[in-house]
Amino acid sequence: MSQDKPSKELRLINPRPRTLIDRPTHFCPGCHHGIIHRLVAEAIDYFGVREKAIGVASVGCSVFLYDYMDTDVLEAPHGRASAAATGMRRAQPDKIIYTYQGDGDLAAIGTSEIIHTANRGETITVVFVNNTNYGMTGGQMAPTTLLGQKTTTTPYGRDFRRDGYPIRMAELLATLEGVAFSARGAVNKPANVRRTRELIRRAFEVQIKGIGLGFVEVLSACPTDWGLTPLNAIKRVEEELIPYYPLGIFKDKKEADHL
Amino acid sequence: MKKLIKGNDAIAMAAIEAGCRFYYGYPITPQNDIPEYLAREFPKIGGTFLQAESEIGAINMVLGSAASGKRAMISSSGPGISLMQEGISYMSGSEIPAVIVNIQRSGPGLGGISPSQGDYFQATRGGGHGDYRTPVFAPASVQEMYDLTFLAFDVADQYRTPVVILADAMLGQMKEPLDTRHPPQRELPPKTWALTGCAGRKPQLLKSLYLGHRELEKHCWHLWEKYQKIIANEVRFEEVLIQDADLVVVAFGSAARISKTAVKDARKDGLKVGLFRPISLWPYPEKRLEEIAKSAKAFLVVELNTGQMLEDVRMSVGKDKPVHFYGRPPGADSLPMPVEILDQIREVYP
Repeated sequence: MSQDKPSKELRLINPRPRTLIDRPTHFCPGCHHGIIHRLVAEAIDYFGVREKAIGVASVGCSVFLYDYMDTDVLEAPHGRASAAATGMRRAQPDKIIYTYQGDGDLAAIGTSEIIHTANRGETITVVFVNNTNYGMTGGQMAPTTLLGQKTTTTPYGRDFRRDGYPIRMAELLATLEGVAFSARGAVNKPANVRRTRELIRRAFEVQIKGIGLGFVEVLSACPTDWGLTPLNAIKRVEEELIPYYPLGIFKDKKEADHL
Repeated sequence: MKKLIKGNDAIAMAAIEAGCRFYYGYPITPQNDIPEYLAREFPKIGGTFLQAESEIGAINMVLGSAASGKRAMISSSGPGISLMQEGISYMSGSEIPAVIVNIQRSGPGLGGISPSQGDYFQATRGGGHGDYRTPVFAPASVQEMYDLTFLAFDVADQYRTPVVILADAMLGQMKEPLDTRHPPQRELPPKTWALTGCAGRKPQLLKSLYLGHRELEKHCWHLWEKYQKIIANEVRFEEVLIQDADLVVVAFGSAARISKTAVKDARKDGLKVGLFRPISLWPYPEKRLEEIAKSAKAFLVVELNTGQMLEDVRMSVGKDKPVHFYGRPPGADSLPMPVEILDQIREVYP
């Protein structure tokens, strides 16, 4: 039985992506925004498009994208990122446009904008962070809040008779002709991080190839507003979120067949 | 040579000639000629016309194209302009220039489609949330619909601010001969702030969120300083027979057109009446009005609402001279005839 000797020289095998700014994070302990930022940055690096990438940040914790991504960034009003990205796409056909939006932003106040942007088949990439609540405003109910989940505005738990059902955006958007790629990932464990890295990369690839809109929903922990430790928050993603929000690819067009 | 053209079409034509290539909108009466004109003409010249899912979507598309450094325009009427206020506030805060055309219809609510001046407060007081103003230009003829569109784009780009053109159903729908010579264009600063990707420079950001220690206060004062420059440089008005006038009628837009006829008729009767017509509604020509108040004996404000610009006239004139008001809130058959304004002139003539 032979084994390679461990090298005495430490080697960095997974360096910080060029597109991710080197700075201390301000996000809460156990928050997944940092991991997701990194995956977006890696995708931009992979295609070598940092200098022609423009991010569109939204309202909520997701707005701070602009503190971490070393690309041009526009801050859009709450829910309107995909409409602003449409205006950018039309004005700059040669650029790489990506939005980064939370679940209150995209799945509540911005539903109209995302559905019509997707339906027009705008060649943009949409990264949708679903942490089942409004994080920045202190943990209110989001359209994605699970049934029974306690939030500051569902103190007795979300009740479908009053609040309706948690909305599955990746599946919903997959039904639209203009969407080239729609998938859901998670970053609660290394295997899921690796899978989600590929999903985000593909969501950029369909833009670069002009096939249509690329959409990735990423399940994210919000330990602070869930009232859980980071470890228990990761467990909740696995045990409660993933059973309701299945991981996978719901649509992957190989070419722009709607044209 | 002059062209006979509709007011709404004159705005669309001027936008193209001013270099605007991005228009986003949503149908609403009485401004549909503008999107229809651009939907027809833009494809021929490589412009982008997009009918959005709502005015909220549309104004944010304008925001996106304008943030890219392009000239972008949107048009609508009252209810649609209300929906855009969020976007206009963000553009003001992020200093993104664009032109917003309001062909006023009557409100509140669904109101009606007749000419109105009910959106004066909304246009001149910022309109959305936060501490900002937008320059507002009020045409009173098809020619001005054309000329002020050029001006609006220049003012927007010069000061990095959204600019409003406040017209109404009458001006939008009527035809007049138009001289299509371009007004002189300004030398404008390069749009180095535009988000075009960071090749060859550091990444840039356009935002209105300021959370750091006294950052937002500083930003608001920065906007204020800009507004002071606009107040100093962009006031516009027209005066008719003001020199010896004892009674000065103050009106803008359509109300001023009708008032002008009444003022001329009053002169025929030997009454010393003049017309003061603000063209920039913000910045308001308050200094000039203050001067006029030194010689005039009384004022009559005429508006197609229940009294909005009236407040600005009162503030400009002060308490020493009487300020009378004749308002015709909008609705079918509510547009006043010149003779009705003439009756008011006779009634309040000092």
